[in-house]
Amino acid sequence: MTSQAVVTGIGVVAPTGIGREEYWEATRAGGSAIAPITRFDASKYRARLAGQVPDFDPAERLPSHLLPQTDPMTQYALIAAEHALDDAGIIPEQLPEYAAGVVTAAAYGGFEFGQGELQNLWSKGGEYVSAYQSFAWFYAVNTGQISIRHGMRGPGRVIVTEQAGGLDAVAQARRQVRGGTPVVVTGGADSALCPWGWVSQIANGRVSLREEPHRAYLPFSREACGYVPGEGAALLIVEDADSAHARGARRYGEVAGYAATFDPPPGSGRPPGLERAIRMALADAEVTPQEVDVVFADAAGVPDLDAVEAAALRAVFGEREVPVTAPKTGTGRLASAGACLDLVAAFLALRDQVIPPTPNVTRAHVAHPIALVGPEPVSASLQTALVLARGIGGFNAAMVIRRAA
Amino acid sequence: MTVRGPHAHHRVAVTGIGVVAPGAIGTKAFWELLTSGRTATRRISFFDPSPFRSQVAAECDFDPVAEGLTVEQSQRLDRAVQFALVCAREAIADSGLTLGDVDPYRLGVSLGTAVGATMSLDREYCVVSHRGKYWEVDPERAVPHLFDYLVPSSFAAEVAWDVGAEGPVSVISTGCTSGLDAVGHAWELIREGSADVMIAGATDAPISPITVACFDAIKATTTLNDDPEHASRPFDARRDGFVLGEGAAVFVLEEWERARRRGATVYAEIAGFATRCNAYHMTGLRPDGREMAEAIRASLDIARIPTTAIDYINAHGSGTRQNDRHETAAFKASLGDHAYATPVSSIKSMIGHSLGAIGSLEVAACALAITHNVIPPTANWTERDPECDLDYVPVTAREQQTDVVLSVGSGFGGFQSAMVLSDPEWACRD
Repeated sequence: MTSQAVVTGIGVVAPTGIGREEYWEATRAGGSAIAPITRFDASKYRARLAGQVPDFDPAERLPSHLLPQTDPMTQYALIAAEHALDDAGIIPEQLPEYAAGVVTAAAYGGFEFGQGELQNLWSKGGEYVSAYQSFAWFYAVNTGQISIRHGMRGPGRVIVTEQAGGLDAVAQARRQVRGGTPVVVTGGADSALCPWGWVSQIANGRVSLREEPHRAYLPFSREACGYVPGEGAALLIVEDADSAHARGARRYGEVAGYAATFDPPPGSGRPPGLERAIRMALADAEVTPQEVDVVFADAAGVPDLDAVEAAALRAVFGEREVPVTAPKTGTGRLASAGACLDLVAAFLALRDQVIPPTPNVTRAHVAHPIALVGPEPVSASLQTALVLARGIGGFNAAMVIRRAA
Repeated sequence: MTVRGPHAHHRVAVTGIGVVAPGAIGTKAFWELLTSGRTATRRISFFDPSPFRSQVAAECDFDPVAEGLTVEQSQRLDRAVQFALVCAREAIADSGLTLGDVDPYRLGVSLGTAVGATMSLDREYCVVSHRGKYWEVDPERAVPHLFDYLVPSSFAAEVAWDVGAEGPVSVISTGCTSGLDAVGHAWELIREGSADVMIAGATDAPISPITVACFDAIKATTTLNDDPEHASRPFDARRDGFVLGEGAAVFVLEEWERARRRGATVYAEIAGFATRCNAYHMTGLRPDGREMAEAIRASLDIARIPTTAIDYINAHGSGTRQNDRHETAAFKASLGDHAYATPVSSIKSMIGHSLGAIGSLEVAACALAITHNVIPPTANWTERDPECDLDYVPVTAREQQTDVVLSVGSGFGGFQSAMVLSDPEWACRD
């Protein structure tokens, strides 16, 4: 039969914390890192809030030769990948050749690095463009850099589906595990907190223009007014269950089910694809809606899209009040890293039997018939979680995870 | 979703092809170009290349409105998306598929691109920064669809809307192997039962100052500026770097039995696909070609085809000194003596290196080689390099029974990919 894919390692660089436990402690406590942008002068832009990774000295965490050739998002990816491998107790060089692969999701590429080189090109001339520009900004860079740093020579892949990418990458990692690659480093990393990246993000019309950090990103709320962008990386080690068992590895849980769908063209009158993705992912996991203990929502923060998600949950779960949470209201939406960070929160929720809160969104303000957890954590018996993600443009992904037996 | 065991794989047929290439809009013109051995490389005309080290490119003479796009699309969409839409429509028409007969839930899109909307980003940056005057760029000068340039998943979304796909849709971006990997990704989805029909291929339109400058900086591109028509010289002793190109190829990939039931013409079967990372260097290649050789072996394993059955290798053949040596070593390592008996050619000699797109253009060439039993040549190959001592099909196309074809790709980041295609009748003949 098809082999099981389990998660044995977690690495996180998030606005609410660098490192798995720092992130989780803040997330459990309903911490929020949404604040005015300090990375550049954002005063002239309509939106001024973001979830920024706390300042750190990259030279303390990465080899010096990598610093001039990496965008911040690649630095986050490299740190998170190293944490995840350490957490799993894996030293890739000690594995058989080609036994370890890398699958990452990307959305923006290394946009800050790219702005620097575009600036050099247009202000000074082509001869001032960095020799690293040929790869430092492109979407494939994180898979390449992780593979090189850790000597991982198995299959590589890079998927771009905006925010859905965090789940699509993990699903591809599971596919590769099933195809015979026992260990895959997977997840997403993104950051575009430079003026050029910021203007490009704001252009999508969904970014919140509110000034108060606690009122800017309120998905499912009557006050929903868009989302706050964030940055960061979340990487997992997805491993063949037998291989994990053989080396006595600790497992966070299993990637049990997944599906991806795409929305019909705007104006077609056909139903959106999220509900179908949920049903297919549950079927893939052989799980009934009654068995789902918690949902980590996509939580777009845009009223129409919140309504679509709430309706999909209602259609699948019926009257049953399955708890729904969105800890991303404390980090902002992290593009390709976002859904994988939700997976991290979901695995840790299963581990600790606690549902992390949705910072800033009070239950009294919820505008849709869903059981949103609200700003306080909830202790619960949790075996199975559903994680949802949507990428701008119509990408839907749903993933079912199960607690380690 | 149909859940199947690992041994119940579906077979995958190529039933439609659409191409936008330098010197050739449309599949028919593309094949004529390749088999004529003509080159479509020239001095860059999109901007004044004189400040740059490399001034040669393979450009498409492409009029989006003449090719069926609206004026609105021609203004809003990045050139690479325009290529992809035109190719997708040609591929569907070519396949004879009636989209109304396909369950939209079982129809997906897998589109490769290495550098996304580079051309638009370069142009718009110049605008919002007042030609690099301001780091804090001017939001008032930003075009409303800038986000679609920021995130290249918009490319796949445009194609999905155009064809009505509501199944799995994604962009695959693995640098210069994107074109093989996007087709490989689609192959994986049909094979496992997640889709019945995939619109799969790749596109790139990178001929822009920032791209030319970044390859200048690492001396990866050619300096044969005085002789643009002969500047792309894969495997030739005088090669000195690749020629930047642009273009797209998109396929209709179809579950085998479905294609047979509707009586579709099948160009080829995608029989195997595998990728490996070299974990060596972001832009460098190990001279022994070890990981590419492993990707080749793995793809043949999956295809259950012996190395001796390979009739033709469509090489990555970029024309950089390190690539052509790396690849030649990989063919010898994976095929042994059969490498010396197998024709190897690089169509980049004629249409340049369109980064993420080229892998799909090369798959198109492979499918057409199988259909027509003709092997496209390596143009400009005149002088043997002792490190490249295989049969590179110099200058002139070769008529030859071509049933099993290997296509390989290699990209920045260390990506190495291999795909095996076979004639739909081949297994029966054997």
